[in-house]
Amino acid sequence: MKGARRWARRGLILALGAIFLLSTGTRLIDAAPTFSPTRPIEWVIPAGTGGGADQQARFMAPLIAKYKLSPQPLIPVNRPAGAGAQGFLYMLERTGSPHIILITLDNLFTTPLVQVLKKPDGSRFTWRDMTPIARLLLDNFALTVRCDRGWKTVADFKKAVESAPPGTFKMSGTGSKQEDEIIMVLLEQTWKVDFTYVPFPGGGAVAAAVVGGQTDFSVNNPLEMVGHWDAGRLCPLAVFASKRIPFGKWKDIPTMKELGYPIEYQMLRGIFGPPQMPKEAVAWYQDLFRKLLDTPEMKDFIERGAFDEAFLTGPAFERWLEEKERTIRNLMIKGGLIPKS
Amino acid sequence: MSVFSDLFYGLSVAAAPQNLLVAVVGLVLGTIIGVLPGLGGTNGVALLLPLTFKLSPTAAIILLSSVYWGAIFGGAITSILFNIPGEPWSVATTFDGHPLAKQGKAGIALTAAFTSSFIGALVAIILFTFFAPPLAELALKFGPPENFAVLLMAFATFTGLGGANPWKTLFMTFLGLLLSTVGFDVVSGMPRMHFGLTSLQSGISFVVIAIGLFGLGEIFLTVEEGLRIEGVEARLSFRDIWETWKMFPRYIWTIVRGTILGFWIGVLPGTGATPASFMSYGLAKQFSRHPERFGKGEVEGVVAPETAAHAAGIGALLPMVTLGIPGSPTAAVMLAGFFIWGLNPGPLLFKEQREFVWGLIGSMYLANVIGVILVLTLVPVFASINRIPFGILAPLIVILSSIGAYAVNNQVLDLWIMLGSGVAGYVFKKLGYPLAPLVVALVLGDMTEQAMRQALIMGHGSPAIFFTRPISAVFMAASLFLFLLPLIRMVWIKLRPKQPEAEPVEVV
Repeated sequence: MKGARRWARRGLILALGAIFLLSTGTRLIDAAPTFSPTRPIEWVIPAGTGGGADQQARFMAPLIAKYKLSPQPLIPVNRPAGAGAQGFLYMLERTGSPHIILITLDNLFTTPLVQVLKKPDGSRFTWRDMTPIARLLLDNFALTVRCDRGWKTVADFKKAVESAPPGTFKMSGTGSKQEDEIIMVLLEQTWKVDFTYVPFPGGGAVAAAVVGGQTDFSVNNPLEMVGHWDAGRLCPLAVFASKRIPFGKWKDIPTMKELGYPIEYQMLRGIFGPPQMPKEAVAWYQDLFRKLLDTPEMKDFIERGAFDEAFLTGPAFERWLEEKERTIRNLMIKGGLIPKS
Repeated sequence: MSVFSDLFYGLSVAAAPQNLLVAVVGLVLGTIIGVLPGLGGTNGVALLLPLTFKLSPTAAIILLSSVYWGAIFGGAITSILFNIPGEPWSVATTFDGHPLAKQGKAGIALTAAFTSSFIGALVAIILFTFFAPPLAELALKFGPPENFAVLLMAFATFTGLGGANPWKTLFMTFLGLLLSTVGFDVVSGMPRMHFGLTSLQSGISFVVIAIGLFGLGEIFLTVEEGLRIEGVEARLSFRDIWETWKMFPRYIWTIVRGTILGFWIGVLPGTGATPASFMSYGLAKQFSRHPERFGKGEVEGVVAPETAAHAAGIGALLPMVTLGIPGSPTAAVMLAGFFIWGLNPGPLLFKEQREFVWGLIGSMYLANVIGVILVLTLVPVFASINRIPFGILAPLIVILSSIGAYAVNNQVLDLWIMLGSGVAGYVFKKLGYPLAPLVVALVLGDMTEQAMRQALIMGHGSPAIFFTRPISAVFMAASLFLFLLPLIRMVWIKLRPKQPEAEPVEVV
């Protein structure tokens, strides 16, 4: 009798254990987000109105509303001061909140390297202070010249640069000590040439300077120059991606790598949350943006802007961020844009 | 296909009932947005952008551009009534608009502002209709050296604006330039003069300073003068409108100059309506037969900046439509809309999206006609706001100003800057320091410095680049002439037989 009761008790424990395992198991499989926003979501853009990041956030926010992906609206807010510093530090103020996210560009890496950002406790700010949610897209860069300058290939262009006195060729780029200048420095070092860098406040103005003949070339993002390409004014000679862009006319544009110049650069378009964002909220946003990327409008946008769709989350995303930060720091030190430290 | 058939097609698109309705809604919203200081056309367009998803692209651009026109009309209202510029480009409107309101002529000032705004817009739209593509080509010839030369000319038009004491004018100009260096320097990529404050890295916003200097400063003065806004007995009738219109033929050259100047500066990417309005005001004063009346309630001083501002607003859309390059921050936000609506901004838009482009142009005509009728019928209503007792009005103005100052950059520090400049504005007024040069220097200093440094980089450090490029050289010569004009005039007056002493010029 006693033995039987013991077996019964053991059975009960086992059964409970099984139920417990099953329940957690299904949660692991299903990953059903238990979070749902109860207030409008603030979407911080660490850049000014009209720039690439701004255009993307303002493009995505109404799309999210259209497909009812969120019960609450996402409200884009620009916090551009200090090349994005204001936006990043604002995220720290909102520690733990599930109702705020940030869209990044590469100033997430360059700004804290160029001007040391101090957190309220005096230590140095890095991207690790925020909660990585997802990588959405990678933005490409195209070596862009005016079509009527007679440079049909990178080789033509390089020859022209080499035969002119150093510094003759002017490149327009966005801001200073940011992506565009990094790429230019890489190009200078690879080709052993000298360019003159002329900073402009935004990608549109950068492309316009090339069209207007103010400068000789740029490394514009495709979205900023594709309209001029369609009109036959600007021509991309090469892209700085690891493989060719698989859309339309871009298929014919070689990568720098295949031409024998090992220069690769792509810009992060990703989403971050504030420090200590609740895990359920992170999962909810990941789900939201995954669904957003599958909408037809987003597909069109990706094709138009020649982006790499690059959805990535979790530890893999963090590893990628580590790698990216290291690369940018090395490039900037190599190019003399920041001191060795 | 002729331009005329395109235009008629565009007008028919714009006159479709739903598009017309959208335009009216946009105008009303825009006017309200323009009235609220700090909120501004750019923010207004950004706020409404998500709503346009449900509209056709043509209706969407009509809505957003109507908001923009409404904001330009509305910006003048608070400038004239309360000395608070609702939009950056209406700062120059306060110089003479507010004195007029204080004299009980708010109705005249408002009518003059709206009418000249409308005329500026109409002429600019006609230029837009017939010359858009070639003008866009010409705009591309303007690089940093040319932009610098144009901005230098804007400064030149303002020499002698401050009135009697040149040293005070010089002091205020340098103070403005100094303030304009605060913030992020595009050329070096480093923040400067921010004293460790992240909020200061975006620079000191010109709108915040203007709200404080002009609006709050004015309130402090009024408090001291006995809690009373003059002009309570303002005559409120539609006769004001007719009376004002009768004056307009006199200002024909100011209007022509303001429109052409405004339109062209609007077309240039990277300058915008604000410098245009200042330049137009400065030139109107320079060329006036009685410049001493400016700043004291001269109707021409309202006409000049308003024509230029609205013409520039139209001009700013030109590079956006023809080249896909935004001519102003507002246009940049609209450009984001193009992607939402599934359009490809750029040079091919004119060919590929006939309904969209010509619908937009058609709606510019209709919306501005509707807009001016709308705001003119409201003139008596706006003018009667000044009848509200100051004790009730002042706190409301302070609250609206604070909201506006915060909205510019979403930061609390700006409220303190606003308050500080309010106190400064009061002190400066008491000591007879002119405020206009400070504001002009602050708004133009940043752009001018950037253009100059870009140009010098392009010229490998040699300033010869400003004189070897033909367009730039012409503007440089014109600026030098304008800089020297007061001097030439002084010598001229000295050489002439003695004349009765001119009455002392009051400070703007």
